[in-house]
Amino acid sequence: MAEMKIPIGPQHPALKEPESFLISLSGERIKDVGMRLGYNHRGMEKAAEQRTYVQDVYLLERICGICSHSHSTAFVQAVEEIAGIEVPPRAKYIRTIVGELERVHSHLLWLGVAGHEIGFDTLLMYAWRDREIVMDILSLLTGNRVNYAVNAIGGVHRDIDDDQKAQILKAIDKLEERTKYYIEVAREEKTLITRLSGVGYLSKNEVLSLGAVGPAARASGIARDTRKDDPYAAYAQLDFKVVTDEHCDVYGRTLVRVGELMETYSMIRQALARMPAGEIAARAPRRVPAGEALSRYEAPRGEDVHYVKANGTDKPERVRVRAPTLANLQAVSKMLEGDNLADVPIVIAAIDPCFSCTDRMIRLVRSEQGDSGAEARSIGWEEMRVRGIEWYRGRGVDFADLNARLGARLC
Amino acid sequence: MSGVERDEGVAASLVSSFPYLEGKVRVQREKRIWLEVELPRFREVFDRATGDLGFGMICVVTGLDEGESLGFIYHVADDRGTVLSIHTRAPKADPRIATITDRFPSAHIYERELVDLLGAVVEGLPPGNRYPLPDDWPEGEHPLRKDWNPSAIPAAPGGTAPAAGQSEANASEAR
Repeated sequence: MAEMKIPIGPQHPALKEPESFLISLSGERIKDVGMRLGYNHRGMEKAAEQRTYVQDVYLLERICGICSHSHSTAFVQAVEEIAGIEVPPRAKYIRTIVGELERVHSHLLWLGVAGHEIGFDTLLMYAWRDREIVMDILSLLTGNRVNYAVNAIGGVHRDIDDDQKAQILKAIDKLEERTKYYIEVAREEKTLITRLSGVGYLSKNEVLSLGAVGPAARASGIARDTRKDDPYAAYAQLDFKVVTDEHCDVYGRTLVRVGELMETYSMIRQALARMPAGEIAARAPRRVPAGEALSRYEAPRGEDVHYVKANGTDKPERVRVRAPTLANLQAVSKMLEGDNLADVPIVIAAIDPCFSCTDRMIRLVRSEQGDSGAEARSIGWEEMRVRGIEWYRGRGVDFADLNARLGARLC
Repeated sequence: MSGVERDEGVAASLVSSFPYLEGKVRVQREKRIWLEVELPRFREVFDRATGDLGFGMICVVTGLDEGESLGFIYHVADDRGTVLSIHTRAPKADPRIATITDRFPSAHIYERELVDLLGAVVEGLPPGNRYPLPDDWPEGEHPLRKDWNPSAIPAAPGGTAPAAGQSEANASEAR
């Protein structure tokens, strides 16, 4: 049969981000996949060299809108190692808690996307509704749904008080109950199992030779997890197991992610219980002595690597970032080989790709209100939440009634 | 055996196999080993590390502009979470290095970054799309070189040339 080439992307292949794939087909079967990356490249590594360390914490946090805390933590850890700063234990626990909450929101986001890609939109609606629980908690702790700005060089900016602790625990209970339901769906729902089994196969040896990371590696039986292998923050003090699976396909990647959520809830509970009292930040110098360090962080998508070289000034000599998706994309061609064309979206989505991370994008959006000189007023989280509910109610959508009905069914 | 002792053991084993590494290997902290090696000797050290010594996972390749030369750091990790960073250099006048894609096929993407952003020449790099710069990016413009001047780049059709003062810290905010 004659070979046919189908271009997919760069506009939104599977996800709402640009990347280009060129698929060679024999009939419905995929023979080969070519990739063109870089559409999001905005020169953040160069930009980091031109800014101070303090500015860079905020710049690098914006590498990704989903795993922003991963990037800022990886960066500050490298700077702290070079400068020899001893981070207070309480700050390490707070970094861990925010990092694990970020993993919850990222994995639930992925679960929804995966459901959507296989035409299971009920799962998308459920998972994203439940994700709002953790988004509310992140907003409560940091003031933001993403880009939390929790990290400072030498510690963290915000403490967690007893009231917040109680709210986190309450939210975790609810999320755990919902996650048990998703695990049941993943283990028993026949359409989901049939659709995902054998799709996007990646053997153990291929993981090793291609260097896949995160859930993509763990679903092929490789117990690779930076939190365990190269512990940072408070992970060395927590009990958890690395969730792996032997399916080696998209189904396995689903089981690993929902399984990891349960471990994450347990880690958050442990961290809240064991968090020592004390300072949350050490004093950091503006100028960092010459030196270099490599920092690794287990982001929701896998290992995130930051290399920092300091030259004694207040700006870094070099910052190098390797986001997990760049490592995993190399395995996507292998996963797609021999699959059907219709499997392309779910296989790409199953590595939970983040192309902005990969290409290290920054987008500067000019505030229209700021430019027009209109008076800015800041409002609190609760006021904003109420305003959102009222906005919808004014348009005839009332969530109170819907939530009451759904809540009655869940409890 | 503690973690640091194990890392010291790896460092000692490298020095005993390759005496020219004497004084060039340091354990910065537990799980972090750094070494420097001359370019002609790079591959034998790299093969030993990623073979017998078990550093079978490539984290990333970092490229550096070091003034007279380009620096290349190959960060490789083992299963116990130790990262060995192998630093080598090539003169800017002839920034030629050999590919490692025969050992790590997925490393081509890191090597393409060295080509695009620093102007390195990677011999043996398999053909493929460039990364990460656009296809119509002008020849010889390598943004991560310290002396790179963005104002020298002609404007793209319909676009504007980067501002001349871009090297100042807050130029992008000002735009």
